[in-house]
Amino acid sequence: MDFYAEELISHYEHPHNKGVISNSDSKFHEYNPTCGDDITIYLKIKNDIIEDVKFDGNGCSISIASASMLTDFVKGKKLSEIEKMDFKTLKELINIDPGPARLKCATLSLKTLKGAVFLYEHKPMDQNTKNM
Amino acid sequence: MVSKNDLSDGIESVRSDFPIFKRRINGKRFAYLDSASTSQKPKQVIKAISDYYVNYNSNIHRGIYNIAEKSTSMYISSKEHIAKYINANSYNEIIYTRNTTESINLVALTLGNEYVNKEDHILITDLEHHSNIVPWQLLAKRKSAAVDYIKLDESKEHLDINSIKEQLEKDPKIVAISHASNVLGTVNDVKEITREAHKHGSIVIVDGAQAVSHMSVDVRDINCDFYAFSSHKMFGPSGIGVLYGKEELLENMGPLYGGGDMIHTVTHDTYSWNSLPWKFEAGTPNIEGAIGLNAAIDYIEQIGIQRIAKHNMALTAYLLEHLSKIDDITVYGPKNVDNRRIGVVSFDIKGLHPHDVAQVFDSEGIAIRAGHHCAMPLITESLNRSALSRISFNVYNNYVEIDRALKAIKKAKKLFKVK
Ligand SMILES: Cc1ncc(COP(=O)(O)O)c(C=O)c1O
Repeated sequence: MDFYAEELISHYEHPHNKGVISNSDSKFHEYNPTCGDDITIYLKIKNDIIEDVKFDGNGCSISIASASMLTDFVKGKKLSEIEKMDFKTLKELINIDPGPARLKCATLSLKTLKGAVFLYEHKPMDQNTKNM
Repeated sequence: MVSKNDLSDGIESVRSDFPIFKRRINGKRFAYLDSASTSQKPKQVIKAISDYYVNYNSNIHRGIYNIAEKSTSMYISSKEHIAKYINANSYNEIIYTRNTTESINLVALTLGNEYVNKEDHILITDLEHHSNIVPWQLLAKRKSAAVDYIKLDESKEHLDINSIKEQLEKDPKIVAISHASNVLGTVNDVKEITREAHKHGSIVIVDGAQAVSHMSVDVRDINCDFYAFSSHKMFGPSGIGVLYGKEELLENMGPLYGGGDMIHTVTHDTYSWNSLPWKFEAGTPNIEGAIGLNAAIDYIEQIGIQRIAKHNMALTAYLLEHLSKIDDITVYGPKNVDNRRIGVVSFDIKGLHPHDVAQVFDSEGIAIRAGHHCAMPLITESLNRSALSRISFNVYNNYVEIDRALKAIKKAKKLFKVK
């Protein structure tokens, strides 16, 4: 089956960066009521660079695996780079097209991450995430 | 696993009436196990609708010409047929709406607004669909009234008898209750609850969305005041639903919408309403929907609702039996297959999100539902889950599809390495 590539399943089974950062600089929680997917992202930020990131929560394979891959990807990135990320970047990152039915599962972690960055900077959310 | 291919009375031949089953999905034969969401349509219904467009498309109640008389009489005979099918007194008691949701809202916005006052109680249950919760929450908010819930019993399979008694002591103005649950498959004893509720002076509205295509419905036997259902769940087209109401109640209710057809006379300063059922149907209705629904009821009657019920129960028994043999599966709803349940089975596989379960099913060409099934209070508060997978049946399903579903469950467990 194409949808569930080995890599995705492996991230789901053994997610990277799972946990909490107790002295985080920013923390944001998102929830998808249609399936109960629930993700909190914690950021440690220095000089506008993500020093450390962790996520915690529950969800389906797509939401957990994409949170795992996303948190790997953004470590060491500038906040301005996170702001520029959109669904296309995420799709390349997770390497599947989730299709309309699973779009919300796939994008939940990015939405949460952007929320955490927004909270840190107090800037309005950009258009890319608003429509996700 | 041994497949039972035949249902003893030959009902499996009806599958060929449904053109959609010629399709293949992901290279596999299409198996549709989501009829609680909406039913598939037989060619008889499709033909009735296209026949209207091809041969007598015209507005009703207006034209004095051949085809307009035909469409008007087809529309009215649809209502007469519904009235007979649910044993209403006459078609004056049959109001067409868009769906169950609109039928319930219509009652909340007309009778509800008139009848419910500050500090009154509205009683619903823990196993309602959002469409039988939110209209009452909105009404309660408008009127500063309270919405109370009849609880589930310990088993979480049926309503708790004591909770029914206890809540009725508050003399609720309105009791709104589903005939059958779209999550648990539970059939509520709506006749008994109506009888008790009437002793407390309550108006009773029954949400029959899930019940109508699974059992015979007799509104006069139930003696409820209103009964709501949707055409699309009973082999008819979407966009048309039914509100049955007792004539004396409908007579005394104001209309919801104003416009054409619902009035008798209009002057610059005054209006008077049309008679029932037209008072509640402003504007050009869903004519092709009514014609399609009529054909859908013909279709059900031709097979026989008792045979359909028996078929669905046989499939449910088979599914429940096999699910109980698989490790790490929790099945919600009644485990006994009797007249207190319909062919809707919700389940949860430990360690697997329902979305992933549904996705694996889809890869096998099998459609099931995953999510909160528009019953969030039931799933998140009463059952303490965030989402469930659901298999539901109707007349076109067969044992082979259940075997495929069971295989898909094994595949999902293997893929995600759940034991
Ligand atoms: C028990 C129940 N009530 C109401 C509804 C709402 O039906 P509709 O969306 O056709 O208004 C449904 C549909 O899923 C249902 O299962």
